[in-house]
Amino acid sequence: MKRIEVIQNVLEANETIANRNRQLLDKHKVFAINIMSAPGAGKTSLILRILKSLKGKLNIAIIEGDVASTVDAEKVQSEAKAVVQINTRNMPESCSLMAAMIESALKDMPLDDIDLLLIENVGNLICPSEFTLGEHKRVVISSLPEGDDKPTKYPLIFIDADAVVINKIDLLPHVDFDIAAFLHSIAGLNPKAKVFQLSCKTGEGIERWCSWILEQTKNNTTRQ
Amino acid sequence: MHELGITENIVNIALSKTDEAQANKVIQINLVIGELSGFVPDCIQFYFDSLSKDTIAQGAVLHFESVPTQLRCRNCSEIFHPQDTLWSCPKCQGQSVEIFKGRELYIESLEVE
Repeated sequence: MKRIEVIQNVLEANETIANRNRQLLDKHKVFAINIMSAPGAGKTSLILRILKSLKGKLNIAIIEGDVASTVDAEKVQSEAKAVVQINTRNMPESCSLMAAMIESALKDMPLDDIDLLLIENVGNLICPSEFTLGEHKRVVISSLPEGDDKPTKYPLIFIDADAVVINKIDLLPHVDFDIAAFLHSIAGLNPKAKVFQLSCKTGEGIERWCSWILEQTKNNTTRQ
Repeated sequence: MHELGITENIVNIALSKTDEAQANKVIQINLVIGELSGFVPDCIQFYFDSLSKDTIAQGAVLHFESVPTQLRCRNCSEIFHPQDTLWSCPKCQGQSVEIFKGRELYIESLEVE
């Protein structure tokens, strides 16, 4: 019997494809954001808000990741430059988008006509934290009804986030969500993360959030 | 939940390294898996049995070495194993921490013949 030293990251295959995606996006000057959250936190609502608010300022494309259905793709269809729905039900993994799924979705996109690509990941706080897709920024949404302990329970997804959105802020009088405790957890895990408090329902905080998206996208274009 | 793709990678790496070493059979695959990584050894084993069938890796033993979580306090630089889910530093009680170890997932070595 012989021993072979290997030391090879098992996630390398995904990372290689993610890097390829990133290069393709950079070549076409497309800025990509991976939006992650638990089911029902408001990923689609946030995307609809971005589409509405940045209409005429940016050409926006969407990749929708869901286990099944085209419900979300239909909701965003009318406002987006391009929409690709990925259903993960028949994929080797159904709990998260992976770089290879994005690679094939990008083939159906008019990349030269797009400034911003919003990737709505599968609703899940665990699996998407393991797989990078080639995105430029990672955003995690937490909503008030989920409780303020999510960063403590699912630290990895928050540790890697560039921005954390606290959605459904209009529900604050009705739910036991300690904003200070939540902010304290985020500051501990990831002091660099930008935090946005907003409500997709009332529109509170949306302007600041969309300005950030616009600024990030424009910085990306001028950088190249 | 997402171990199938990972296990495919493990089988592919094992087969190609064994081939490179001009060996004929994979006896054992030594994996290092961090406590914080979301991967479950039993699931990897389950998929491995099916994916390695009829290959030179069929019947190989998967050996998992678990790496305990180690955090580094951003305040006082203490490295510690968290005792609770709050991840507070035992030395200064600070709660600003970064992960030092525990997210690993790699093939450390193979035993082949």
